[in-house]
Amino acid sequence: MVGILEDKDRIFTNLYGFHDWTLEGAKKRGAWNATADMLALGRDWVITNVKNSGLRGRGGAGFPTGLKWSFMPKEVKDRPHYLVVNADESEPGTCKDREIMRHDPHLLIEGCLIASFAMQAHACYIYLRGEYVLERERMEAAVKQAYEAKLIGKNNVHGWDFDVYIHHGAGAYICGEETALLESLEGKKGQPRLKPPFPAGAGLYGCPTTVNNVESIAVVGTILRRGAEWFAGFGRPNNTGTKIMSISGHVNRPCNVEEAMSIPLRQLIEDHCGGVRGGWDNLKAIIPGGSSVPLITREMSEAALMDFDSLRDMKSGLGTAAVIVMDQSTDLVRAIARISYFYKHESCGQCTPCREGTGWMWRVLERMAVGDADPSEIDLLLDVAGQVEGHTICALGDAAAWPVQGLIRHFRHEIEDRITSYRNARGAFAGHAIAAE
Amino acid sequence: MPVAKVNGVEIEFEPGMTVLQVAEKAGQEIPRFCYHERLSIAGNCRMCLVEVKPGPPKPQASCALPAADGQEIFTNTPMVEKARKGVMEFLLINHPLDCPICDQGGECDLQDQSMYFGRDASRYAENKRAVEEKHMGPTIKTFMTRCIQCTRCVRFITEVAGVPDIGMISRGESAEITTYLEKSVDSELSGNVNDLCPVGALTHRPWQFHYRPWELKKTETIDVMDALGSNIRADSRGAEVMRVLPRVHEGINEEWLSDRSRYVVDGLTKRRLDRPWVREGGKLRPATWDEALGVVAGKLKATKPEKIGAIAGDLQDAESMKATLDLFRALGSANTDCRQDGAAIGGGEREGWLFNSGLAGIENADAILMVGVNPRVEAPLLNARIRKGWLAGRTEVMVIGEQAELTYGYQYLGAGTKTVGKLPKAAMDVLTRAERPAIIVGSAALTGETGPAVLGALGKLAAKVGVVADGWNGFNVLHNAAARVGGLDMGFVPGQGGLSAVEMVQKGALDVLFLLGADEIDASKSKAFKIYLGSHGDAGAHGADVILPGAAYTEKSGLYVNTEGRVQMTERVVFPKGEAKEDWAILRALSERVGQTLPYDSLNQLRAKLMADHPTFGRVDYLAPARVFGVDKLGAKGDLGDVVFAPALKDPYLTNPIARASETMAELSAQRSAPQLMAAE
Repeated sequence: MVGILEDKDRIFTNLYGFHDWTLEGAKKRGAWNATADMLALGRDWVITNVKNSGLRGRGGAGFPTGLKWSFMPKEVKDRPHYLVVNADESEPGTCKDREIMRHDPHLLIEGCLIASFAMQAHACYIYLRGEYVLERERMEAAVKQAYEAKLIGKNNVHGWDFDVYIHHGAGAYICGEETALLESLEGKKGQPRLKPPFPAGAGLYGCPTTVNNVESIAVVGTILRRGAEWFAGFGRPNNTGTKIMSISGHVNRPCNVEEAMSIPLRQLIEDHCGGVRGGWDNLKAIIPGGSSVPLITREMSEAALMDFDSLRDMKSGLGTAAVIVMDQSTDLVRAIARISYFYKHESCGQCTPCREGTGWMWRVLERMAVGDADPSEIDLLLDVAGQVEGHTICALGDAAAWPVQGLIRHFRHEIEDRITSYRNARGAFAGHAIAAE
Repeated sequence: MPVAKVNGVEIEFEPGMTVLQVAEKAGQEIPRFCYHERLSIAGNCRMCLVEVKPGPPKPQASCALPAADGQEIFTNTPMVEKARKGVMEFLLINHPLDCPICDQGGECDLQDQSMYFGRDASRYAENKRAVEEKHMGPTIKTFMTRCIQCTRCVRFITEVAGVPDIGMISRGESAEITTYLEKSVDSELSGNVNDLCPVGALTHRPWQFHYRPWELKKTETIDVMDALGSNIRADSRGAEVMRVLPRVHEGINEEWLSDRSRYVVDGLTKRRLDRPWVREGGKLRPATWDEALGVVAGKLKATKPEKIGAIAGDLQDAESMKATLDLFRALGSANTDCRQDGAAIGGGEREGWLFNSGLAGIENADAILMVGVNPRVEAPLLNARIRKGWLAGRTEVMVIGEQAELTYGYQYLGAGTKTVGKLPKAAMDVLTRAERPAIIVGSAALTGETGPAVLGALGKLAAKVGVVADGWNGFNVLHNAAARVGGLDMGFVPGQGGLSAVEMVQKGALDVLFLLGADEIDASKSKAFKIYLGSHGDAGAHGADVILPGAAYTEKSGLYVNTEGRVQMTERVVFPKGEAKEDWAILRALSERVGQTLPYDSLNQLRAKLMADHPTFGRVDYLAPARVFGVDKLGAKGDLGDVVFAPALKDPYLTNPIARASETMAELSAQRSAPQLMAAE
């Protein structure tokens, strides 16, 4: 058998778009089946089941979804509740939400309805990444179909008045941060807010709001249909369920695949992607969760399981399960320098460490990539990364620091070699030129 | 009260305080750049990081974190120190090392804090960022490479000043603070962003490269450019006032200052009267004090008392007005007036000409009816307070008069007296319903023939809708002249059978006219012998037959009463120019020559007399509590007619002789009247 997950247990049965994405096709695959019955069981039942399923947020941080939902106020008071779906999928390497929105949009819309019902929200905003044009068209068409079928909207068949709004962003990575997303949605500049207050207390327009990833919401319908135990049956405790993993880079067949959590990383690559280009031994490093997490070496990849805890123990992270495979031909310093450039480019500029630190790290890495640096600058770079990490308003600072830290942790020798060969090629090192003072 | 521990020491705090405030309360200074008590919290400089337990294992921004009961706050742990040093290093890597040529040098937050948290040498080997200069108008000099993106200026301009003119564009390293399309900041409070800027990115354009802060002698005094009496600190070098900065006074200006009050100082050195002049054969010639006073005394003695009169100007201190008043009464003249604009106020109860709710109190009003007043230009800091109340959703504002952009929303009722006579029912309902209604009436409504009738109608309205009640007096007169309330308080109005200012300047009304710093009244029709006592060669001096050079407000210690009736005292910052003397001393010398020696030989004796005659002058910085008074007796019955209220200030930057002598004010005035540039669309 290929992989661990059997076809019968897949949630996204149209992940590759081989079937009909419209409402008709989605219904055939089980979407919108018994949704009304599920809502009839009450919001506590929904939240309890999501909690029991062990679903952790699929956007990268891995916060338990059911717990997040339970943070919303129990009663709607003077302010309405909102659900906001974060479809601003911009992390390099990650391409799972787009497949959901292209090919299984109704699972997402159904999930929105259920989640909104559970949190007593009558309106849901789906914030789409600016570059996702086809996805927007699909989502808008699917929402229209759902309205026409009275599945959502006022006086729908489910008895919970509910509106979905698609909002198309302008293409900024930072707007994937939940509070920056809310700012952007409100029409302001996409800059993260200070927390507390958390969105569950004061989110969109100051009202209680929950922000969830597309995948977290889209799996909810199926989880409730098949039971929390079914979902919890995959993966290790605390890392349960199935997950779409996006494997890119130096594998024979890059792909998106829905797999059980905790699948060994090597098995994932070999079963679904035809293995690393040139064989496993040709592997150099893997970034297991999207560009922001630290890379791990081949030896570590051997033992790694694709779940939150295993990768955390390796000082990396599952992130969005966007596996970036790099074989021996990869210039890792240049690769991380490129990632660093990305974070420098996408930093919102609001708070000091990220605004100034990302550019500094990128510039040093650019020089290191050619070897034009001093060996002492490796420690300087590590220090700067440490000064950015944990000192910023949002997690972009961490995301910019981690890849650099991972590089130095595991491939310090590569940087040193680069510097040495650069100096050897240029003759004796004369020291930096210093202006007369 | 909840209790938190700061570095192991327990401290009680008010619920709602932030960790930063609690730490400050415990005596731990927290470094900060973006945080400012009077602005919203941005939390973006990351300088105020502290360690908090319980909490995540990373430092927290103390300015934005609410303190909690039982919380442990650490401000001196290695983690905190490392965080602060890290942030400081980041702030400095792209900050130019141009402190020696930076106007902020010596009073720069970044410079000061880098002494504590900075490294001795930079580890940053890359090229530094440079940012293009921006044009933000005549008051703000930009040097954007120095900017640390704290956004204090953005927050001040949007929140307090209420004009969305400054913002941040681009993101990441490329983020820049700018105005849209090089637009000038269109606010009367724009200079405050220069004070707020913690670095030298925004500095005072009119004073750039003029001084270093450590060269200046700092004198705490009072501003007279409007009737609010903002508290200022005037910094001088030698004989010149170099700059004016606000001082904190919660009741008046908080810690802001309007541009007019701040940038008028260059007018103090220009067009000054520095010696006496006497007109001979139609031409003014320099004279000695002896000569000039002799000529004046001769004229005053030779003229019948009913044919002499005195008009006091808008910037006059109470002492010189008192001396003038005493002198003219001694000479037997009843022709004295301090109301150059002819406003229909004065006489009767003091509350009739005061801003009774107090400047701070206006924030608590839930409905404000503004009549013939544009506080945005007449008293910008009052306008900021009204905006504050409006922003908090407390205050509903209604306007009769000029339909100006006031930085807050209001209901426009009408343009003039017709609306005053018959308020729309909806407006009446708002006022009646309000718990603390207020009326603000400006000089535009009180001047002219309909002035008394407008005042009468508003008094009746105030009594009817409960503007004056137990514990709340919302009847407010907003003056434009710093001297006006002081003059009214001491009765510098026509005595029995005396002429008003407007009558005095009529052709043939008087034979000798004494202008005590009075430049705003057109005395050209009067054929009287004119004596001008004042500081600047302006309208009053142009037509004068004798010029007695006096002291400007920074050159004498004097009492001023602001529009809310608060007595405040200026200090002498520099000496009067040339041969000029303090005003009261000139009048005392003159009195001797006319044989009516005033009974005081020193400023203190003069003040004692003033306070004995008018006890309200005896309490400095005292605001009388709200008192019920006969508001319905104000003004006079009369035909309101249909007069449209004209703006009270023709040009808010050219309101007095000092402002008209100031280049900066001229620039601001030109900018105000220039057409707005628009983007091609």
